[in-house]
Amino acid sequence: MRWIAAACVVGLIGLAGFWLLTMPRPLDAAAIANAQGDPEAGRLVYFAGGCASCHKTPDQDDPLHLGGGFALKTPFGTFVAPNLSPHADAGVGRWSLADFANAMQRGIAPDGRHYYPAFPYTSYQRMTATDIADLWAFILTLEPVETIAEGHDLGFPFNIRRGLGLWKQLYLDGKPFAPDPAATDVVDRGAYLVNGPGHCGECHTSRDAIGGPDPSRHLAGGPDPEGEGKIPNITPHADGIGAWSESEIAYSLESGFTPEFDSFGGTMAAVVRNMAQLPASDREAIAAYLKSVPPLADAN
Amino acid sequence: MNASCTICVAVAASAIIAATTVAVPAIAADDPAVLRQDMMKSVGAATGMSAAMVKGEAPFDARVAHLALRVMNASANGFGALFPEGSETGAETEAKAEIWSDRAGFDAAVAKFRDDTAAVLAPPPADLDAFKAAFGQVTQNCGSCHEKYRVKK
Ligand code: HEC
Ligand code: HEC
Ligand code: HEC
Repeated sequence: MRWIAAACVVGLIGLAGFWLLTMPRPLDAAAIANAQGDPEAGRLVYFAGGCASCHKTPDQDDPLHLGGGFALKTPFGTFVAPNLSPHADAGVGRWSLADFANAMQRGIAPDGRHYYPAFPYTSYQRMTATDIADLWAFILTLEPVETIAEGHDLGFPFNIRRGLGLWKQLYLDGKPFAPDPAATDVVDRGAYLVNGPGHCGECHTSRDAIGGPDPSRHLAGGPDPEGEGKIPNITPHADGIGAWSESEIAYSLESGFTPEFDSFGGTMAAVVRNMAQLPASDREAIAAYLKSVPPLADAN
Repeated sequence: MNASCTICVAVAASAIIAATTVAVPAIAADDPAVLRQDMMKSVGAATGMSAAMVKGEAPFDARVAHLALRVMNASANGFGALFPEGSETGAETEAKAEIWSDRAGFDAAVAKFRDDTAAVLAPPPADLDAFKAAFGQVTQNCGSCHEKYRVKK
C-alpha cells in the first residue's frame, strides 16, 4: 500500500516535471528590437533566410507569394509549411513583432504552442534583433494570400506538441550569434549567414536519433533524411569541397554550378535561387567561412 | 586566332562529337544510363566553356559560343529517349524515380530545354551581350530539371 502511494507520488512529480520542462520560454523583452524595421533591408534577410523555399505557394514561381502548403517529408512524418503572408485570417497579419520574434527565435506560437523544428528556428535563434525586425517589416509589405495550408501528418508521439519542450531543452540554447574574436570580419559575416539566417546546417549537418543537429558533424553532410540520396559534405576536406576555391564556392551559390559545371539540384536548387538575390559580398563571406571550418571526413 | 581559342575550339569540337555520338542511341547498343550520363557530361563541358566567356575569364569567340549551344541543343534532342523503362537503376544512375512516375512532367522539361537551346541558335549570338542573355536562358533549365528529376548520390 505504502509502495503504491510512493509510486503515485513519483508519478506526479514526473508529470509536474514534464509540465515544467516542456513549458514555453518566450524571449526577454530586451531581446526584441524596439525601433521600426526597415523593409528594404528585410528583403535581403528574407532571401538570406530562405523563407520562400518552404513558405511560397508550391508550383508557381513568385518567391513572395506566401500561401504555404509545401510538404516536408521527414522520418517523423510530413510537415506542411503554413501561410506566411500578412493575411489577417489565413496568415500572420494580426501578429505583433514580439509574436514574430518568439516564433523565429523560440519556436513559440502567439498562443504558447511549441512549433516543430521543421521550421528551422534552431538556426534563426542566432539572428540579430535588427534582422528580425527588418524581416518582419518586409513581410508586412507582401501581398496577403487567402489560402489556408493543410495540417501536418504526424504519428504518435510526434503529434504531441508539448513534448517538444523537452527537445528544445536540448537543442534550443537561446544564445545569440557570437563573433569569433580570432576571425576576420568577412569570416564572421559568413559564419552569421551560414549558422543564423542561412540555416545551412539544418541540411548539411547530420542529425542524431531524435532529430537534433550533431555538432561534431558540423556541415559534414550525410544521408538525406527527406528521402533518397545524400547531402554533400561542405567542409574543406577532400571528401567535401576542399578542392573548391573561395571564388568557385561563391560562384556556385550564385549560379548553381559546381567547378565541373554540374548544376545543383534537389533542395539546393531553391537555396541557390535565394542566395543569388544577396549582394556578392555576402556570397564571398559564406565562401570564406566555409573554407575556415574544421575539415571533416565523410562518416562511414 | 590566338592559342587559347584554338584550344577552346578543339575542346568544343570534341565535346560536340561526344554529344552527337551519344545522341543516336539506335547505333549504340550500350546502357542508356551510361549514354545519358555521357551526354550530360558534354553539356557540362559546353556550359563550362560558355561560363568562362560570360564571366570574362576567356575572350568571347562567336564560333565557340555557337558550338557550345549546339552541343546543348543536340543533347536536348536525344536526351528524352535515354530513359526507357528498365533503366531506373544501374550504372550508379542519379535519375530520380519521378522521371518514370511523372513522365509528362519530365518530357516537358526536356522539351523546354530543347526549345530554349533552339531559340538561342536562331540566329546564333553574335556578340557577348547576346551570348550572356542566351546563356542565362538555357542554363535556367539545368537547375529546374535537376531540382525535380535528379538526385545526388
Ligand atoms: C525548412 C522549411 C522552412 C523554412 C526554410 C522556413 N520555415 Fe517557417 N515554418 C515551417 C514549418 C514546417 C512551420 C510550421 C511549424 C509548426 O506548425 O510547428 C513554419 C512556421 C512558421 C511560422 C509560424 C506561422 C503560423 O501561422 O503559426 C512563421 C512566422 C514562420 N514559419 C516564419 C518563417 C520565416 C520568416 C522564414 C525565413 C526566415 C521561415 N519561416 C523559413 C517551415 C519553414
Ligand atoms: C534544404 C536543404 C539544404 C539547405 C538549407 C542547404 N543545402 Fe546545400 N545542398 C543540399 C543538397 C540536397 C545538395 C546536393 C545538391 C545536388 O543534388 O546537386 C547541396 C549541395 C551543396 C553544395 C555543393 C556540394 C558538392 O559537393 O557538390 C554546396 C557548396 C552547398 N550545398 C552549400 C550550402 C550553403 C552555403 C547553404 C546555406 C546558405 C546550404 N548549402 C543550404 C541541401 C541544402
Ligand atoms: C530535362 C532534364 C535535365 C536538364 C534540362 C539538364 N539535366 Fe543534367 N542531368 C539530368 C539527369 C536526369 C541527370 C542524371 C543522369 C543519370 O545519372 O542517369 C543529369 C546529370 C547531369 C550531370 C552529371 C553527369 C554524370 O553522370 O557525370 C551533369 C554534369 C549535368 N547533368 C549538367 C547539366 C547542365 C550544365 C545542364 C544545363 C545546361 C543540365 N544538366 C540540364 C537531367 C537534366
